[in-house]
Amino acid sequence: MAIETRERQQVREEPQREPQLGAHLVMQALVREGVEVIFGYPGGAILPVYDALPYYPIHHVLVRHEQSAAFAADGYARATGKVGVCMATSGPGATNLVTGIANAMMDSIPIVAITGQVPQSVIGMDAFQETDITGITLPITKYNMVIRSVEEIGPAIQKAFYLARSGRPGPVLIDIPKDVQLAKGYLAPRQELHLPGYRPTIVPHRRQIRRAAELIRQAKRPLILAGHGILVSGATEELVRFAERTQIPVGLTLLGISGFPASHPLCLGMVGMHGHAHANRAIHEADLIIGIGMRFDDRVTGRPSEFAPNAKIIHIDIDPAEIGKVLKTEVPVVGDAREALRLLLEELEPLEHDDWLSLIRSWYRPIRTEPSGPNGILQPQYVIARLHALTEGRAIVTTDVGQHQMWTAQLYKCDIPQQWISSGGLGAMGFGVPSAMGAAIGRPEAEVWAVVGDGGVQMTLNEFATIVDEQLNVKVAIINNGYLGMVRQWQQLFHNRNYSETPISSPDYVLLGQAYRMAARRVTRPGEVDEAILWARSFRGPALIEFVVNQEENVFPMIPSGGTFRDMIDEYQVEGEW
Amino acid sequence: MSVRSHTLVVLVEDKPGVMNRIVSLFRQRGFNIDSIAVGHSETPGLSRITLVAQGDDRKIEQLVKQLYKILEVIKITDVTDENLIQRELALIKVAATDRNRSDIMRLVTDVYQARIVDATPDSLIIEVTGPPDKIDSLITMVRSYGIKELARSGVIAMARGTRAVATVPQPVVA
Repeated sequence: MAIETRERQQVREEPQREPQLGAHLVMQALVREGVEVIFGYPGGAILPVYDALPYYPIHHVLVRHEQSAAFAADGYARATGKVGVCMATSGPGATNLVTGIANAMMDSIPIVAITGQVPQSVIGMDAFQETDITGITLPITKYNMVIRSVEEIGPAIQKAFYLARSGRPGPVLIDIPKDVQLAKGYLAPRQELHLPGYRPTIVPHRRQIRRAAELIRQAKRPLILAGHGILVSGATEELVRFAERTQIPVGLTLLGISGFPASHPLCLGMVGMHGHAHANRAIHEADLIIGIGMRFDDRVTGRPSEFAPNAKIIHIDIDPAEIGKVLKTEVPVVGDAREALRLLLEELEPLEHDDWLSLIRSWYRPIRTEPSGPNGILQPQYVIARLHALTEGRAIVTTDVGQHQMWTAQLYKCDIPQQWISSGGLGAMGFGVPSAMGAAIGRPEAEVWAVVGDGGVQMTLNEFATIVDEQLNVKVAIINNGYLGMVRQWQQLFHNRNYSETPISSPDYVLLGQAYRMAARRVTRPGEVDEAILWARSFRGPALIEFVVNQEENVFPMIPSGGTFRDMIDEYQVEGEW
Repeated sequence: MSVRSHTLVVLVEDKPGVMNRIVSLFRQRGFNIDSIAVGHSETPGLSRITLVAQGDDRKIEQLVKQLYKILEVIKITDVTDENLIQRELALIKVAATDRNRSDIMRLVTDVYQARIVDATPDSLIIEVTGPPDKIDSLITMVRSYGIKELARSGVIAMARGTRAVATVPQPVVA
């Protein structure tokens, strides 16, 4: 389940007798790295690779916009733990990948982006469809490179995949000028990589583990904050054992969801801006925070100086630059989350925190999931709660960005690692549908639900065509409130209800779905919700349901940006539609 | 924590684009560079960058950690608190007349142990080497004559004693 960090050493190398085109060597190198799927879009500068592509056992998914290729590679990586691959031509093809690459960078997702480039003889001449894509993506890739000769193809691609998936994963971009694709040469055998400046620490320092264990023993009110690193390192089992042995409750970051079972009695659910009130209160009252594979993002901490004011901090992360970046840290533990938890389990004997746990439980208040508001109109939270119930919590769920994302994070209780796929750090609208595509390609046996808003879906709904082409088992649930809902909520709460440019119209989604040859339904009443979800589940393949919901429903609880736990707003304090 | 000037010695692989990555990191994360100087090190294939940046200890620690994330960065040493030799080279073209030329020359050679490396009827070029504050001081002194042009190399630094910052790293097998 974890991201594969080990090199595949056993690759049968057949010596090549005849020199071959660089484009073929690119494909051979990708096959050698274990690539099964490429999400891409052809164009002039990548044409030789597309010419070679049909001869290799790699499934190419033709997206309708390169941004979706990057998002789909991202969704594929999150759902499978493998490296996702996207490909585009030079110039606009490459620049269209940028949002998806930035998304993978912010969320530490292993993807490799391959771009065509104009021939080296015209690089720097402002040639047709020339763009300095390595310059553009410098701050949003873990690494990027231009392949300057046919001999470099094998080592460069090997290096790209190793960098993407090892240490703190991230996107790597490879730019391949057309003349390199057309030059003839041989594929260099896989070899040991010489990367003197790249030495990720996997096994933490024993002394720091002992110091952490000592703080954990002394703590009266300890709390674990588990992030995406749990999923990356495949540490769910270790985290469950650790939490159970020490009886320490677990709060999850947005990207930590599914890393610890939501139904576990020690799970507090999501923390942060729209986290559960009891979970955020637990942070506020805690005397020890153990952050594991997370980075104390501002959506988690609010104002850092007021975050967990009574707590010491143990911070476990594979990226030393994250430790001490935001908060003063008592015990830094640099290393892989699973290795750190294994070592901590060796140090720690069973602990009890009954008083603390019952105190937290006394603060618990469920998120409201009434079917309709006083106006009789369908409530979005109810839709998510029913989706969870009717899919028995077993679907892969992708989201877009906004209110529906937060309701899904609160209410779709994930118990299975890697079933939750959402754009966290970048907060990229348009992510939901293409990432569902990637997940469905990578996990064909799974039922994939893309929960999206009426704003975000209109950014990438061209991909309905791809979903239908590939007959993916993707069910698109559009939560339509007629607004860019999260922005409208901020306008309501912080800008005197000045709904500037947030009302947004939609096409007739049922007709649109049908135009794409996709089974589609609209739901407007609470009584229709179950039937529609069951209908979508009754067949394999694409389906679309538009849920028309209350327009001005808000996501609560909410800690305003830069605020503290004391600033938390819950639904009872706001004059709303209730 | 107090903001002060830190001197960092950064050993990097001598490959295309490395300086771009380093400078881009400073821009992206809002760090300011006071001085940067690059050249070969004692190890073939490794360049030595001397960086001077302002910040409190926490900010500099974050800068160092971010720099280490650049693949080609091999080793970073904060030599600020070492017993340090810092040197910078400056070329200063000052206006000179028959009346003040000898004053300038005496100031430059006697007080600052600097050299006059070019002279015309109405200008002199001063070559001065030393710690940055010495160069600052000389510039202040000659400013009243009129500085026509000024070029500074950026600081390079080395700690006194036998210990060297440049340990050759073990190659890591991926």
